[in-house]
This record gives sequence, structure tokens and C-alpha cells, in this order.
Amino acid sequence: MSNTTGILEFLTIFVLAVFVGNEVVARVPSILHTPLMSGSNAIHGIVLVGAMIVMGTASGTVQMVLGFLAVLLATLNIVGGFTVTDRMLEMFKAKPGENQGRAKAKGADAEGGAK
Amino acid sequence: MTLTIWINLIYLLAAVAFIVALKGLSSPKQARNGNLLAAAAAVVAVGATFFNPEAHFSHHTTNLILAIVAMVLGAAIAVPVARMVKMTAMPQLVAIFNGVGGGAAALISIVVFLSDANLHSLGAPKPATYAIVEGMLGLLIGCVSFSGSAIAFIKLQELITGRPITYPGQQVINGLVGVAIVGLAVATVLTDSVALMVATAVLSLVLGIIFVLPIGGADVPVLISLLNSFTGLAVAASGFTLNNNLLIIAGTLVGASGILLTRMMSKAMGRSLSNVLFSAFGSVVTAGGGADGAGETRQVKSGTPEDIGVLLAYAQKVVIIPGYGLAVAQAQHTARELADLLMERGVEVFYAIHPVAGRMPGHMNVLLAEANVPYDELKEMDEANPEMGTADVALVVGANDTVNPAAKNTPGSPIYGMPIINADEAANVIFLKRSMRPGFAGIDNDLLFDDKTTLLFGDAKDTLSKLVKAVEDA
Repeated sequence: MSNTTGILEFLTIFVLAVFVGNEVVARVPSILHTPLMSGSNAIHGIVLVGAMIVMGTASGTVQMVLGFLAVLLATLNIVGGFTVTDRMLEMFKAKPGENQGRAKAKGADAEGGAK
Repeated sequence: MTLTIWINLIYLLAAVAFIVALKGLSSPKQARNGNLLAAAAAVVAVGATFFNPEAHFSHHTTNLILAIVAMVLGAAIAVPVARMVKMTAMPQLVAIFNGVGGGAAALISIVVFLSDANLHSLGAPKPATYAIVEGMLGLLIGCVSFSGSAIAFIKLQELITGRPITYPGQQVINGLVGVAIVGLAVATVLTDSVALMVATAVLSLVLGIIFVLPIGGADVPVLISLLNSFTGLAVAASGFTLNNNLLIIAGTLVGASGILLTRMMSKAMGRSLSNVLFSAFGSVVTAGGGADGAGETRQVKSGTPEDIGVLLAYAQKVVIIPGYGLAVAQAQHTARELADLLMERGVEVFYAIHPVAGRMPGHMNVLLAEANVPYDELKEMDEANPEMGTADVALVVGANDTVNPAAKNTPGSPIYGMPIINADEAANVIFLKRSMRPGFAGIDNDLLFDDKTTLLFGDAKDTLSKLVKAVEDA
């Protein structure tokens, strides 16, 4: 019985998360679609937590090797995912001092807008 | 017990942080903070997992050491790769990081299955049916995502042709493989047999490959978004298997938002998702290859950089339409140089960005942002199109399909219905192209043969620098 309540609780969380997931990205401007895809790619890298739990409980060579691989792959996902997203988003920030040519071209107005 | 409660509270906080982070990613100002917040939450959650009693690290020192070794190794590979890869190669990088996530989810299912089978043989009760079903779902989706992403990577890296790979009866074969997987999965659940589980995994890997092969290079970004969503669902399934709320919430968030994003992306291409996935887009085109023959007899007009430089320098309004060609040539900085130069001369210049310019939605914005092009000079397609009629010059840099009037005028064309930037409405059209090779969609562009069109062949960066010089001299 307690097991059945368990799965129902997890199902409830699952269904609510579906709605949250839909709601959260509904208003994303298209210029941010790529960073969003990359960012959500990093977020599912949290599978590392699951991989660690499995690695901790693994016994025997086969399970150990597979668990090791799971942790390795999940680490690639989470570390690579966040790093690459940060690199993308870094570029959306105008760097001060590199817009001088533009200031001449478009006046102080554009310079302010670029920051 | 208290420790478990604390750790679950940390997991809950991490889940909340992920939701806030996704929300943050929807505004340019908050996006970077959102990503950093999610990363910080992930670090805390992973740190807490070392103390999670469910992981039994305190009793298994070897396992702990192996886990740390795997994590250090993974980080040592991921950081330099993510830092050094060129921005143009971003789509395949996302594909590969996505694939490994799916692989991890599949491996989790396998280890849990093996461990349960082992305990069962030692006299423990057989795990509940729903638990095996959850595990099989994680295995199946994870495997499809892993091998599918691998093929997407290979296609984008151009290790194999970006063209759709088709063979007779393809959809029937794919369907049969799908049915066989479901059958094997059900048999696995019923019998708890390791051999059947392995067979399901292998066949799921095969399905991932044959599912992706017929999808053309231009559609691969939509596919990556879909596979990203799949990995999210596989992670959620792992969460069910391990009774872990954090994995369920994070995986489901990505799964749900990924599906929505995928649909937005196919919509931007004017097509339905099922059309992208199952129509083998490019093969239809090759079948209608008569257009190629007609193309050879038609004349195109190619110009010198000097002529075009004068045209640009004395124009009132110039619209730059960048495409993937600009990205591969790394010409975004030179494009900005040209735009700045023209603006100094008082020419009105803006960039018209097609939603799928580059190789992913928003990819072109990322590249231009890298070249410090300010937001106010970037116009989305819907904003740019009403202005095309008053433009003197449409400067198309390495784009093709996104300005092809066939999308508006030729009902039989494979890209008919796709929204395009109306470059054909400008008084003059300049194409900077490497060759007469058609775009991703593999079809001829009538605009290339139009009287008002001038072509300048060459690498985009090279031709743009020549134009900069020509404008300076004009």
C-alpha cells in the first residue's frame, strides 16, 4: 500500500512539473531559443545525482563499470552543458570599450543602448 | 533519517532554482544569472549526494573513489571542449552533451535492473511491476536519445552527408523496430530476464539511429531540441526508478519545455513537427531534380566588389540578411565593420534575422552578439519584412533558403509555406555566396536569376572585407 502511495505522489509531482515546464518557456523570445535549449540541456545533467546514487550502491565488476560510465557521461552533460550555455550568454553582454567606432557612427544614444 | 530529510530539502531547493533559472533564460538580462543559478544549484545538489544515505558512500569507499575519478575525468574533458569549440559548432556540441545525458539515464536503468535481478536471485522479492516499467522507459528513451544524438552530431559535423538517408520501406522498417522494442520491453517486464533487457537496449540504440538518418541537415536542430526533450523524460524516468524528486522535476521540466520549444522551432520553419520528422524533406527535392537542369541554362549576373561597394555606399537603406555561410566563414565581425562604415556615411543599416538563420533558432543572434552588434540593429523577420519594400539593397550574406521566394510563390516547392525574409522586395539584391550550390533544402533559388540580383562569389569573410575596402574608396 505504501508503495502505491509513493508512486502516486511521484506521478503528482510529474504532472505538475509538466505544467510548470510549459508555463515557464511559453514567453521566451526566439533570440533566446538556442541558449534556452542549451540551458535546459545542462539542467537534465542533474541525472548525475542519480548516477552517483547508482554508483554508490553498485556491486560486482559489471555494475561498477556501468555505474562509472554513468557518472562520467552525466558529468560531461552537466559540466559541458552549463559551461557552453554560459559562453553563449556571455556574448549577449556588450563589452565596454569595444563600441567606440559605433559611438561615432550613431552617437551617444546608441552607445547607451548597447550597454 | 534527519540527514535524509536535509538532503531532500536541498534537492527541493535545487528543483526550485532550476525552475527560476528556466524562467530567467526567457529574458536577455536575466539569462546569464539564471544559468549561473542553475549551475550553483546543481553543484550543491551533487555535493549533498555524497552524503545521501541512499548512495551508501560511507560504506563503499571504492565506489566513492570511482565516482570521484569519473567526475574529475568528465569535468576535465567537458570544460576545455565547451570552452574551445567554435560558436558555429555549437549545435553539434549541444547534441553530444545531450546524448551523453541520455546514455547516463539508460545506464542508471541497467544498473538498477541488474542489481534488482541479483537481489531477486538471492531471495529478495521481485521488484514491483511498475518499478520495472519505469526502468525500461528510462532505458528505452535514454538509448534512443543517446544514439540519435550521436548521429545528429555526425551529420552536423559533416562526417556523413547532411542529406536525408533514405531506403525503400524505411518507415515500415522503423515501425517494425518500434513494435519489436515494445514487445521486448513487455517481455522483459514479465520475465525479468537480463538477456531480454539487453536486447531491448540494443534495439533502442538501433531505433535512435534509423530514426535520425532520414532527417535532413537543415532539420537537425529541431531534432536536437526533440532529443533534448527525450533526455529530459529519460531523466524523469530515472527519478521514478530511484524515487528521487529532483530528477523527476528537473527531467520533466526539460521534457515539457523541450517539446514546446521543438514545436516553436518547426513553426518558425512553417512546418509541422511530424512533417520534419517523417517526410524525409530533401529526398522529395532530389526527386524533383528537374529544376537543376533548368538552372544550368539560366544566366546569373555576377559583379565586382567595386561596383557593389558603390551601390552600398550611395544607398539610403541597406538590409543585411545573414545566414549560415556568414557563420562558417566567421564573418560576423567583418559584417559589423561594413555596417559601421555604412552607418558612418549616413546609410540606414539593419540586420534582418530569420528565425532559423544559422543552424539553430537564435544561433545568428548569438554570433552577431559575439561581434558586438547591438540589439537595436537586429530585426526579427516579422519586424523586418514590412521595411523590405523601401530598402535599396538587400545584402544576403551566406543565406539562401530563408530568402527563397519559392516559399511564397511555388505551391509545389518543398519549402512552400515557410516564412521567408522578403529580400525580393528590395530594389537591389546582392548575394555573397561561395558557389551556386543550393542551400540545405537543396532547391534552386529563382531570386539568384532575377534581373536586380548581383552575385559576388567567394568566402563571406573575404568578400565582405573587399566590400569594406570598396566602400572606403567610394
